Amino acid sequence: MFDKIALLGFGPGGWGLALLQGAANTISVALATLPFGLALGLVIALWKRSDKVVLRAAATIYTTVFRGVPELLTLYIIYFGIQVLLQKVWTGFSIPPFVAGMVALGLVLAAFSSEVWVGALNSIQRGQREAASALGLSKAQAFRLVVFPQLIRVALPGLGNNWMVLLKETSLISVITLQDIMFIATRANVVTKEPFLFFGSAMLLYFFFSLVSAWGIGKLEQRTHRGYAAFGGATR
Amino acid sequence: MNWCEYPGSWIGSEVLQNYGCRMASGLWVTFELVAVSVAIGFALALGLSVARLYGPRWARPAITGYTTFLRGTPLLCQLFLVYYGLGQFRVFWQDVGLWWFFREPFYCAVFTFTLNTAAYQAEILRGAIQSIPRGQFEGALSLGLHRWATLRLVVLPQAMILALRPLGNELIVMIKSSAIVSLVTLFDLMGATRLAFARSFDLSIYLYAALIYLVLVEIIRRVWDRLELRLSRHLALR
Repeated sequence: MFDKIALLGFGPGGWGLALLQGAANTISVALATLPFGLALGLVIALWKRSDKVVLRAAATIYTTVFRGVPELLTLYIIYFGIQVLLQKVWTGFSIPPFVAGMVALGLVLAAFSSEVWVGALNSIQRGQREAASALGLSKAQAFRLVVFPQLIRVALPGLGNNWMVLLKETSLISVITLQDIMFIATRANVVTKEPFLFFGSAMLLYFFFSLVSAWGIGKLEQRTHRGYAAFGGATR
Repeated sequence: MNWCEYPGSWIGSEVLQNYGCRMASGLWVTFELVAVSVAIGFALALGLSVARLYGPRWARPAITGYTTFLRGTPLLCQLFLVYYGLGQFRVFWQDVGLWWFFREPFYCAVFTFTLNTAAYQAEILRGAIQSIPRGQFEGALSLGLHRWATLRLVVLPQAMILALRPLGNELIVMIKSSAIVSLVTLFDLMGATRLAFARSFDLSIYLYAALIYLVLVEIIRRVWDRLELRLSRHLALR
């Protein structure tokens, strides 16, 4: 067993560097998806609370669809779908797996995070908006300056969960040949015939990122809670 | 014409008619896989959560470590580790007489999914049990109930109502996650769909599969809503 550890090294025949590059790809695709998914999720959440029936219906259909279809299937539909559609106007077009993965996981993240945003929006009292409009702030200003800063504090634990799920789901993008941790581990397995070593290492890498994320989210939560006595923030 | 070819011919989709039977048997594989692993996972989770809360001192870090590790790594990675990784120790499994188990992708998938869902369900149950007020334990103990009887008759029935909704969500997550078993050569619904696409290059088959998953998830959601209403009818929650 121990003679195989060299396969994880950085020397010739070692897969250490490749695995690290895979880890970098995993993190970049997750980080690239996050703002897109969260922003779209917030828009969907605002639609869900809109007084226009059409927007509400559209938002409900959107979340039902993207929460109900397996992520792997969404990924295939986006990847092959965009490819087939665009090849009609641009022959030889092929969509980079990074983009396809980002779009597919972003759409799914938007559906899940919209639920978190709705919950957080509901927790902000009417009086806040009314006071903002009494101060002469426009609707957009009220949202940006009054509602949103309070929203983040309530939404953060839920959004943190969404991030953890997203981080693990990026492993699926390896099936459309994004060179992430999973892809490198699979290729290393094909070359060296040491599946336990490589999938085990991949697992440890993902676990490391999960632990770091959990720690980071905890820190962020502490930061958003400062000033709230109930959460141990400083008020004295 | 077989019954499973009818939906395709009704809506006039050639590919759905041609692969309808494969997809129906794929749906059955998905169903078996999820039902077996969620059921065994639930039994495991019940034991884990009780052991985590009331068990011996060493059980606490061990079970927390188990749930944290399995919840912190992708299911796909776990599945590959079991299917390819454990398969590497073939001689060992043959020696202990378990090779028939780890040779089959279906058993590997059930094994992985059971361990994975047990971790998630254990966390759900732990949270539910912990949110039962202390007074319930004390009241039951003062009535002379044994510790096990307290747990079984007083605490768990109340905790189950709280855990019902998250458990339903976990079931839905498992159905969706089960699509990845198509990557270890299993022909579940997703596997049958991939095969149909690979042979026909008709993208619409993916949309039909999405629709089937959607209907499946929606049915479970509805059933779960009913179940929750029924189980909490004495609570006058709404």
